[in-house]
Amino acid sequence: MTTATTPVRTAARPSVPAVGARRRRSGLRKRLELALLLGPALLLFAGFVLVPIGIAAFYSLFKWNGFGPLDEFIGFDNYVDAFSGTVFQSAIVHNLIIAGLSIVVQLPLSIGLAMLLNRKLRGRAVLRALVFAPYVLSEAITAVIWVLMLQPNGFADQVLKGAGLGGLVHQWLADPGIVLYTLFAVITWKYIGFGIILLLAGLQGVPAELREAAALDGASAWQTTRHVVLPLLGPTIRIWIFLSVIGSLQLFDVVWIMTTGGPANASTTMATYLVDHGFKRYEFGFGSAVAVILFVICFVFALLYQRFALRRDTQGALTRMVG
Amino acid sequence: MRSRRFGLSVGYLAAIVVLGVTVVPLLFVVLGGFRSNAQLNNDPAGLPGPWISDNYASVLSSGSFWTFLGNSALIAVIATGVAVGLGSMAGYALSRYQFKGREGLYTLFTLGLLFPLTVATLPLYLWLRQLGMLESFWGVAIPEAAFSLPVTIVILRPFMHAIPGEIEDAAVLDGASRLGFFWRILLPLSTPALTTVAVLAFVTSWNAYLLPLLVFNDSAHFTLPLGVATFQSQYSQDTARVLAFTALSMIPALAFFVLAERRIVGGLTGSVKG
Repeated sequence: MTTATTPVRTAARPSVPAVGARRRRSGLRKRLELALLLGPALLLFAGFVLVPIGIAAFYSLFKWNGFGPLDEFIGFDNYVDAFSGTVFQSAIVHNLIIAGLSIVVQLPLSIGLAMLLNRKLRGRAVLRALVFAPYVLSEAITAVIWVLMLQPNGFADQVLKGAGLGGLVHQWLADPGIVLYTLFAVITWKYIGFGIILLLAGLQGVPAELREAAALDGASAWQTTRHVVLPLLGPTIRIWIFLSVIGSLQLFDVVWIMTTGGPANASTTMATYLVDHGFKRYEFGFGSAVAVILFVICFVFALLYQRFALRRDTQGALTRMVG
Repeated sequence: MRSRRFGLSVGYLAAIVVLGVTVVPLLFVVLGGFRSNAQLNNDPAGLPGPWISDNYASVLSSGSFWTFLGNSALIAVIATGVAVGLGSMAGYALSRYQFKGREGLYTLFTLGLLFPLTVATLPLYLWLRQLGMLESFWGVAIPEAAFSLPVTIVILRPFMHAIPGEIEDAAVLDGASRLGFFWRILLPLSTPALTTVAVLAFVTSWNAYLLPLLVFNDSAHFTLPLGVATFQSQYSQDTARVLAFTALSMIPALAFFVLAERRIVGGLTGSVKG
């Protein structure tokens, strides 16, 4: 315990014993201050974030409906049940499909749109604000808007027919083969603004001189993009991928409101599976096991990603590349 | 030169497409609220003709919309106040005090960025039930504040850390205690970062769906997102009224966004860069 932040000690320096006493007193005072400053936040964080997650791990070892006594210890049976159930397996696959599609579809789209919005188009500021607007709407409102748009013979179908694309019309939310992709489109509509804003901020960090130098060296627009702009966007892209995968793994609100995971579990995600079993079927032990699995998947992904992808960014890769 | 002009026109074309995809659903909702169900059934993508204001009028006079709006506002204000208040205190301690375990504590809070509410939701529900906080605004606001703490601290700590030590020395020489320095100098200097975290906490709480869904059974306590989703399933036959209700529910978020755009965007990019 040192008190490096208190110049009081150095301001006045009387006899040695007095300093010791004062230091002790100020040490006690500092501890009190720390307890006062940190205590409430720690209490709140532990009480409502850390401990519930820990308790979920505990409950997951029991067969329990959330009401009676917690006495039916079954070890890891809930985990075995979850992993051997086809619905949960498909839920994991659905989460992975959404995460994969995000990287393959949303990312290139966001990069393209960010580059577009970075140009000197007229009305660019308005365009930026509007592209970002869906992101500020809640998931609930987004879901309701699209349920209404996608009603059979509704707005979306009529627009498609009007454009001569009537053959594309589907039971958007009722066809098990389509529903996951419909949801992905809705998610893209809502979140693309977020990616664009991030990438626009990243693009601002690409020095114009570098592009000019590349152009002077005879690089085409595509070559400049590929070899100058994209590498410099690397850190932003890696952060985006991280957030996007974590978000995809935890997907809940939009799916729950639009399909509740249906039809026939075709759009079940790990989170809707968890809420369905926990709160609708009162399988608190089993639901907790699912929660722990979801947490471990997110956590392991975060650790691995941090280790293998993000570390480059914290080691000044950007400055090395520029320099 | 020609290729540049070509690039620009492609740019404008793409811009128009993007604009259409973004804005048309919003326009559909707003304009749909001015139509009747018969109009919507005959021609889902048409314009109002004649314009009907009954749907909006009935939603605005029904009371439930205002109840949901008030509940959302109350919960968001409490959650934001608690998150920013406790977060700034913790941020101060973690940025300008030296003590053992400081980095460990900070890492613990940053780990919280990874903890999804979904994972904690079952025990959290039981915990709130035990504390008698079901059906209570606190039962939603307090956990939301707790889950907002990580991002609050992650943004505030570097900001507070960057405020020069000379200012602190000067304050101390002028007789300020450490807590006095925090209250009278550091907090005012941190206004930009505080605004950012406040906006983020507010928006998170405002948009939350899962927690209110679990905590509230009584529709008198519903928040706007919960209310919109419930209203939609309740009145699914009366599409025009659902559209009007949804359109009105979008207004606060969009208005807030227009007012706080810089803060929201700055907070997002800032929080990501950590």
